[in-house]
Amino acid sequence: MSIKMTDLLVIGAGPAGLSASIEAARLGAKVIIADLNMKPGGQLFKQIHKFFGSSAHHSGTRGIDIGRMLLEEAKSAGVQIWLKSTVIGIFPGGKVSIEREMDDGTTELVTLMPKELVIATGASENAIRFKNWTAPGVMGAGAAQTMINVNHVKPGNKVVMLGSGNVGLIVSYQLMQAGCDVCALVEAAPKVGGYAVHAAKIRRAGVPILLRHTIIEAKTDSNGTVSGCVTAEVDDHFNPIPGTEETIDCDVITIAAGLKPTMDLIKLAGCKLTFDGPFGGYVPIHNEKMETSVKGVFVAGDSTGVEEANTALDEGKIAGISAAEALGLISETDADEKRKEIWNRLDSLRMGPFGQRRKIEKEHLIDLYNKEVKEQKAFA
Amino acid sequence: MSEYLDDDMIVCRCEEVTVGEIRAAVRDGAKDVVGVKRRTRAGMGLCQGRTCEKMVMAIIASELGKKTDQVGTSSARPPVRPLTFGELADAEVI
Repeated sequence: MSIKMTDLLVIGAGPAGLSASIEAARLGAKVIIADLNMKPGGQLFKQIHKFFGSSAHHSGTRGIDIGRMLLEEAKSAGVQIWLKSTVIGIFPGGKVSIEREMDDGTTELVTLMPKELVIATGASENAIRFKNWTAPGVMGAGAAQTMINVNHVKPGNKVVMLGSGNVGLIVSYQLMQAGCDVCALVEAAPKVGGYAVHAAKIRRAGVPILLRHTIIEAKTDSNGTVSGCVTAEVDDHFNPIPGTEETIDCDVITIAAGLKPTMDLIKLAGCKLTFDGPFGGYVPIHNEKMETSVKGVFVAGDSTGVEEANTALDEGKIAGISAAEALGLISETDADEKRKEIWNRLDSLRMGPFGQRRKIEKEHLIDLYNKEVKEQKAFA
Repeated sequence: MSEYLDDDMIVCRCEEVTVGEIRAAVRDGAKDVVGVKRRTRAGMGLCQGRTCEKMVMAIIASELGKKTDQVGTSSARPPVRPLTFGELADAEVI
């Protein structure tokens, strides 16, 4: 085994990573994209519902079809797609170690030295602590969605969902489509968090939405697995009100309490972080090129602030164009022009009651970069 | 809502670290996520804190009367995902 060289390594083959790799490869870069999963596409392959937005953002198309389309584009652009390939570390000198499963099922450690790096590692689900939250049967809404839509396995029969954001609403509906009984949707806030159109589907199906409620305990049977869910009303400070407890009979509790950006590799690359509550936690600060405080390390998608597949696709494009620019494959003027067009499109996505906040946060990350990063650190 | 948490509730599943152990670590002088991690192993297991870090942050912040963005975040160490000793042994030193 020796060190392999490549122009660009993209970590994470979700919407952000795939679109970054497509853009860079089309501009002439030699690109490898690594993902630890068996299938590329990230969360898109769980999204059996149609997307909203403009035609430039694939409105009316199901996530799973967008994933397939990106994959074909990546292949025809000449991107090398490494699946079952887990990046386990980034080391001094710009060395990236990847645990790669080979065709014969054995694994080996491969070291890559890419000239440029795009980290698009997405986000992971937030956990919520209540009594017995570690019992089998309590899981993330995303985990339940993977079980039904990717693996075609029902997580159980009677589900209580915590969280009424879009993930909670959509996954509740998909659980019903998969044949589960969704007993209740529990939400601590006084109103539903997600889009009205998704909430209406849940209401029409007759699922009770318990606003100003939380889960305080998972009841377990003699095997230790979930057999019920204790809810309680909450006060204005989201504290449970004693005496309002009620038990719902169920065998699964799914948690849709938001996501947090996955920071481990971004930390190892040495990128400067900031805490951003609305974006889900710690995120790397970056400039308009999606480049971090480390020269040659770019970020895109949920790992630089939890948003949506659409924004991830566009941020990925910017990162790919910028990586190609750093490789000398496109002039700064041409790259700026392409980036400007995408930023304008992103502005149109970051509008309205849900989007406006994200536009402010994104501009804040770029402001911080411009203020705090006087000189980029070297990566390689 | 930290005062509603039983001390025996598990926060870090991988290393089975409880609310009480995290509170004790704070009383012992831990001021941030790294301080709690070193004292209790919270966040040192299989998932490297991807599941529990926010909850650990919330408990430390509550105990110290700080905001969650004032208690830091853990440092990352390779391997960030589990790896067998066999794979490490077979790897070439570079």
